[in-house]
Amino acid sequence: MSMTRHAEPAVGTPPAPGPRESDGRTAQRPLALRLLARPEVGVFLGAVAVYVFFLISAPPVREGSAMANILYQSSTIGIMALPVALLMIGGEFDLSAGVAVITSALTASMLSYQLTMNVWVGVVVALLVSLGVGFFNGWMVVRTGLPSFLITLGTFLILQGVNLAVTKLVTDNVATDDISDMDGFDQAKKVFASSFEVGGVQVKITIVYWLVFAALATWVLLRTRYGNWIFAVGGNKESARAVGVPVTFTKISLFMLVGLGAWFVGMHQLFTFNTVQSGEGVGQELIYISAAVIGGCLLTGGAGSAIGPVFGAFMFGMVQQGIVYAGWNPDWFKAFLGVMLLGAVLINLWVSRTATRR
Amino acid sequence: MDSSSPSRSRRIAPVVAMAAAVALTLAGCSSSSGGKKSEESADGASAGKASTPQMTVALVTHQSPGDTFWDIVRKGAQAAADKDNVKLVYSADPSAGGQANLIQNAIDQKVDGIAVTLAKPDALKAVIAKATAAKIPVVGLNSGVSEWKKLGLLEFFGQDETVAGEALGNKLNSLGSKKVVCVIQEQGNIGLTQRCDGVKKTFSGSVENLYVNGTDMPSVKSTITAKLSQDKGVDHVVTLGAPIALTAAQSVADAGSKAKIATFDLNKDLTGAISKGTVELAVDQQPYLQGYLAIDSLWLYKNNGNYMGGGEQPVLTGPAFVDKSNVDAVAAYAAKGTR
Repeated sequence: MSMTRHAEPAVGTPPAPGPRESDGRTAQRPLALRLLARPEVGVFLGAVAVYVFFLISAPPVREGSAMANILYQSSTIGIMALPVALLMIGGEFDLSAGVAVITSALTASMLSYQLTMNVWVGVVVALLVSLGVGFFNGWMVVRTGLPSFLITLGTFLILQGVNLAVTKLVTDNVATDDISDMDGFDQAKKVFASSFEVGGVQVKITIVYWLVFAALATWVLLRTRYGNWIFAVGGNKESARAVGVPVTFTKISLFMLVGLGAWFVGMHQLFTFNTVQSGEGVGQELIYISAAVIGGCLLTGGAGSAIGPVFGAFMFGMVQQGIVYAGWNPDWFKAFLGVMLLGAVLINLWVSRTATRR
Repeated sequence: MDSSSPSRSRRIAPVVAMAAAVALTLAGCSSSSGGKKSEESADGASAGKASTPQMTVALVTHQSPGDTFWDIVRKGAQAAADKDNVKLVYSADPSAGGQANLIQNAIDQKVDGIAVTLAKPDALKAVIAKATAAKIPVVGLNSGVSEWKKLGLLEFFGQDETVAGEALGNKLNSLGSKKVVCVIQEQGNIGLTQRCDGVKKTFSGSVENLYVNGTDMPSVKSTITAKLSQDKGVDHVVTLGAPIALTAAQSVADAGSKAKIATFDLNKDLTGAISKGTVELAVDQQPYLQGYLAIDSLWLYKNNGNYMGGGEQPVLTGPAFVDKSNVDAVAAYAAKGTR
């Protein structure tokens, strides 16, 4: 966003007089350049590049079932990357997002198991807990004015410890009990973790949720007042406040939105795997944040989109699974991943620079 | 961890209270199947209590937080400690430097014995020498089967990971397997690599390693699915931990593959999967036994001067195979989280 704004005056200034440029098109830059200047186009091209690359080098990727698998992996990252991206546009970020997913799943699982309740009770309580964690993060950030890095680093460590200690205390093990034979499980599994068939390929429902949420987030960001508030508080908090944007509300609600995402992904994991291990989730926060950054969200806030992180998450899923489909030496797995991602970010940077350079 | 728990419990207190309130209002929503009510209450193994004077033993492992396996080791150690009138001080750090500090800490506390895992033996050499110099008996468990004698430890309890891998390789041969994928959930962990290497040594078909991100189950699931659909010839998936094996079972179904699953280590859901047949077999190194024997041996040494393994040979706790034929005998203990 900020980049396009910088570019505008350059367009408005009349270029050096030349006979050939007076054909009326100088008033506007070519469509291709204007498109490239959008934050999500760089990552879109990066995603296409990665996709084509694996289409050539990994034959199984050409099959529908492989694509369904890649998209599934992308969706579990992507659903969280969306609220994380909105939060980053709003100028904050959340290091506790990875373990918060597990906190939510643990809450739902242990509560319904220990009290022998219908699992929906656990699901609802887990939602409250997740929103509560988000509220706590947001409220602390707004009240103390400390960087969200510090606050959410604290929450990250607290949740990591609580996940482990409470699970151990309650179940006497470090994993929760299997809840798959309990009332409401099948119903909840249908909602959070079912799959359906499209042309003989099993497609996981999280893919649908992911795309629907992305469309919803795009609409909110671009067409609603709340969306404007997000850009405003991320761009400049003080001037946003001066023009009447409810900064406190916006920031806290964004953190709670991350909580909502964590709940959703947590429920998906619980109803897919029946049990949850308390040590999981550590490190995932960085993957969500990377997907958002690759998707064109600036670490400084005020810029980005909701569709960018969709491609960012897709790129993660594509690279992670593509290496396996290509049958490459797994010793190099992480290195491959790093190189591909750095490459994608560089393409992203180069595209936006080229596009905004006059 | 213990010192900070009061502040945490204060923070979660309102949450717990709220959860309880919600739960009570929704009391009509109780589940008619499964859940805590169906769980049988059973106590752990108990063999009375020794009348010897209380001694303090430190157990220092390289556990990373939230790992089922280490939880079982600790339960075994605690059971022995309760029986032997031993005060057990448990601590763990996955980094070698951190673990060395914890051992130093135990020496400073003047404990009566130290049990330690040797995941990174070279880094612990110096501090173990200090313990020996302070006349504190030290025993090893779990990892370091080829190093414990060099470091001057009294005894060792555990499984030789390579030997266990070799045993599984032989087993797979007898099952007529041709192509195996060995799933490693933590890159750079020597013990895990040794298992796959062991399989490779004796297995007559081909073995390929596959790295997955153990802290993200959906990614574990889709990575194994990807591997199975990339290579349709795979007939066995070897996993190195029980939760990974259960996830691999879903991948096999997702990929429409005919591959069977063999795994290292057990938990209670896995015993269920073995009796249902979704997982073919497990190599059990009996972590409970490792923890139990480590503590019990220090008690025996102090009170009767005994050496298990004669001070010469390691005491092997694995590999013991668990499959459909013997899973019922094991399942009851796994349900309690001790096998």
